[in-house]
Order: sequence, then C-alpha cells, then structure tokens
Amino acid sequence: MVKRNASMSVAGLAVPVRIWAQRFAFLVLLAFAFALMLLSKAETGALQNARVFIVDGVAPILSVMSRPVEAGQEVSRSVRNFFVVHAENDRLRQENERLIRWMQAARQLEVENATLRAQLEYVPEMAPRAVTARVIADTGGGFFHSLLINAGARHFVQRGQAVVSHAGVVGRIAEVGDRSARVLLLTDLNSRIPAIVESTGDRVIVTGNNSRWPAVTYLASNSPVSVGDRVVTSGDGGVFPPGLPIGTISEASETRIVLQPVVDLARLSEARILDYGVEGILPPPEKVPAVDRAASSTGTAK
Amino acid sequence: MNQTGIGTFGDLARRVVPGVTTVFLVFLAHLHLPFPYYTEIAPALPLMGVYYWVVFRPDLMPRVLVFGIGLFQDALIGAPFGLTAMIYLLTHAFVFSQRRFLVGKPFWIFWSGFAIVSPVAGALTWIVASALRGAVLPSDVVLASIGLTIVVFPVVAWFLLRSQRWLVGATELS
Repeated sequence: MVKRNASMSVAGLAVPVRIWAQRFAFLVLLAFAFALMLLSKAETGALQNARVFIVDGVAPILSVMSRPVEAGQEVSRSVRNFFVVHAENDRLRQENERLIRWMQAARQLEVENATLRAQLEYVPEMAPRAVTARVIADTGGGFFHSLLINAGARHFVQRGQAVVSHAGVVGRIAEVGDRSARVLLLTDLNSRIPAIVESTGDRVIVTGNNSRWPAVTYLASNSPVSVGDRVVTSGDGGVFPPGLPIGTISEASETRIVLQPVVDLARLSEARILDYGVEGILPPPEKVPAVDRAASSTGTAK
Repeated sequence: MNQTGIGTFGDLARRVVPGVTTVFLVFLAHLHLPFPYYTEIAPALPLMGVYYWVVFRPDLMPRVLVFGIGLFQDALIGAPFGLTAMIYLLTHAFVFSQRRFLVGKPFWIFWSGFAIVSPVAGALTWIVASALRGAVLPSDVVLASIGLTIVVFPVVAWFLLRSQRWLVGATELS
C-alpha cells in the first residue's frame, strides 16, 4: 500500500515537472533566438560562415528546383513569340537598319579613337573579367532584398564585385560560398552605389530603401534633374565601371527623388559578375585554370 | 495516435514527413518566379507548414524542429539568425495551446485560425526586422503578403493533408 502511494506521488509529480521542463525549453530557445539575433547584428564571422556553409550546402537543391521555373519561362516566351512573330520581325528589321547606320558611325569613331590614342600614347583600361551565373533563389521578400546565384569562390567570385545584367546594374556580391553567392540588390536598404545623373553631370548616391524604387541622394538642391533623366554609375569606389545604366528618374519632387531601375529584377534569370580593375579581387593569372584563361575574359557557371 | 515506433525505415520516413514538407515549403517560397512584384509579396509557405503540422501532428513537429527550420530559413534569406526561428517558435507555442479548438472542426475554422496567426506573425516579423535594420521597412508589401498567404493557405493545406493521409496516417486528438 505504501509502495503504491509512493508510485502514485511520483507519477503525480512527473506531469508538472514535464510541463515546467517544456516551458523552460521554450524560454531557453526564445532566449537563444534573441542572442543569435544580437550576434548576427554584430556581423560576427562565425555566424556569417555558418550562413555561407548552409547556403552552399543547399545550392544544388535550389539549382535543380529552379530548372522547371526556367523551363516554364522558356515555354511561355516561346508561346508569346509565336503570336507576335510578324510584328517582331518588322520591328527587328527596322532596328537592324538603324543599327547598321550606328555600326558605320561606330567604325568611324573607332578609327578616330585609335588615331587619337596613338597620338596621346594612351594606356587603355583593362577589360573586366566576367562570370555569368544563374539566379537560383530569390530571398528575403519585403525585408531583405537579395538573390542567390550558382557561382562562388571556385568561379573566382569575391565579395564586393559588381553584378550586372545586359540592361544594367543589379547589385553587388555580399557573401561568397564555394559554389554559390549572395547578391545584395540595388534596392536593398544596405545598398549604396555612386552614380551620375547623365543629363546634368551631378554626382549622386543611389540608395536602396527596400522598395522597388531606390532613392537618389546627395543631389545638390539647385540641380535641374527631371523625370526621365538617366542615372549611370560614376565608377567612384572602383566596384562598378563608369557609365553602366542604373535607372531613370521616375519621381522628382522637393522632398524625394527616386528612380526606376533599368533591370527588371523579377525576370532576371542570369547575371554577370564583373571584376573591374580593383586590385586583389581576382586571383593572379597563374592561379586561374587554363580553361578559364583560354576562355579569355568570360566564363559561365551552369 | 498512431504510435508504432520507429523500428523500420518506413516508420522513420513517415515521421520525418512534417519536417521534410515544411523544409520543402521553405525552398518553394524562395524560388525565383518571374512574376512582377511576386518577390515582395510571396506567401509565407513555411508558416503554413508549421501551423498545419503543429495542429495535426505536434508530436512530429516539436519546437526544436520548428526552431531549426526557422534558423535554416534565416540562413537562406540572409536574415539575422534567430528572426524567423523566433517567429516560428512563438507560432508553435500559440497554435499548440489552441489546437484543441482546431482539430476535428470544419475547415473554415482551421482556416480562420490561420487567418489570425498569419497577420500576427507577419506584423511581428515586420516589427523585429525593422528594429534590426534600423529603419521602418515598407509595410504595404507585408500586408499584401499576409493577404496572399491567407488566400493560398487552402491549396497548401490540401497538399499537406494528402501527404499526411498517404504517409503519416490518421490523426487523433490526444
């Protein structure tokens, strides 16, 4: 009888202990989450490395999962093209005629440039090396604007390099794993790109604000910018080459000036990572594999 | 509850279904889909997984697993570690405490429960993310995302229900 009572009291005690243990575990995990957030805010190397390690580990999965999306995009593009093929053909024919005229002008300018450079003994700028990579994930939603691409340190991608598309600036490399990298988009709160307003020559900073329309800041108050003006990279800071299109001014009021990026980030499926003349961004030529050297200045990560 | 142990590989596979489907939703939520504005207003698919499994199989979706999935998502999206983990942990705690009101009820009650959880989780994420980033982040896209999350929920819940029936077994309220 005594033994039975003892076992009952132990059983009776076990339930509250279990409940308290569960509550304690919840509070411990909550405190751990807070501690991690504060440590992440401090940008500790260990946490950054952990993030890069995790993303690198799942990059192949993301790469495979993004293939059907690309295939679907391709099919929809083909269907769309089928219906507009005649109109597109007419447009391309007219554009071709215009481009031929431009080509002739460009050839004349090329010859003229070469002559002038020869007379001035001009030292030409080095063409940037570039790697083309696929976008494998779109991360962050409204809180963090970044993309993951399937090129990393093994493709000589390094932190800080410029990321562009055929249209213009996309962002810059923020984190690099072995086979993947995170691109901080020009729309992110942490993005700052030195730029020039093409029409006025004003030097400005294109500042991300986590909306689709980055702000143009540090513009002189009496500057005559207007809606539609093109904003291009200034080349200051050495990350972006000068003259790359960033966007066009879409709103210019007393209180704020914002621009519409030229790159359609939603439809961006491939991006080019540029190494533009900053010392130490890419390894010296002797470390570059023969295949890459043979491919001269461009490569592709597929 | 179907407690047959994890003696066989099949049992083990069935037991990881909630975790695997929720991680799959994390991947799915961050695919680069070519729709204008989709990125900003993408539905919070993993939250649906957490909500669904905590209601129906809390034994297979313990808080440690929820915390781990949150940390994984933080790593993927480039958020400070702990942000999403904390949100999922709080979601787990709330939903677990209310699951007796949700299990065995019509779907619209289950959906209504999510329609309460989703805005709270979204608003909390917005507040903490704004505090961590030191700026008031745009709220219109967060509202749109919450709306889309609630609208899309039945579709995801249907897929999760299928996976539950096929792989985990019937649910009983313990």
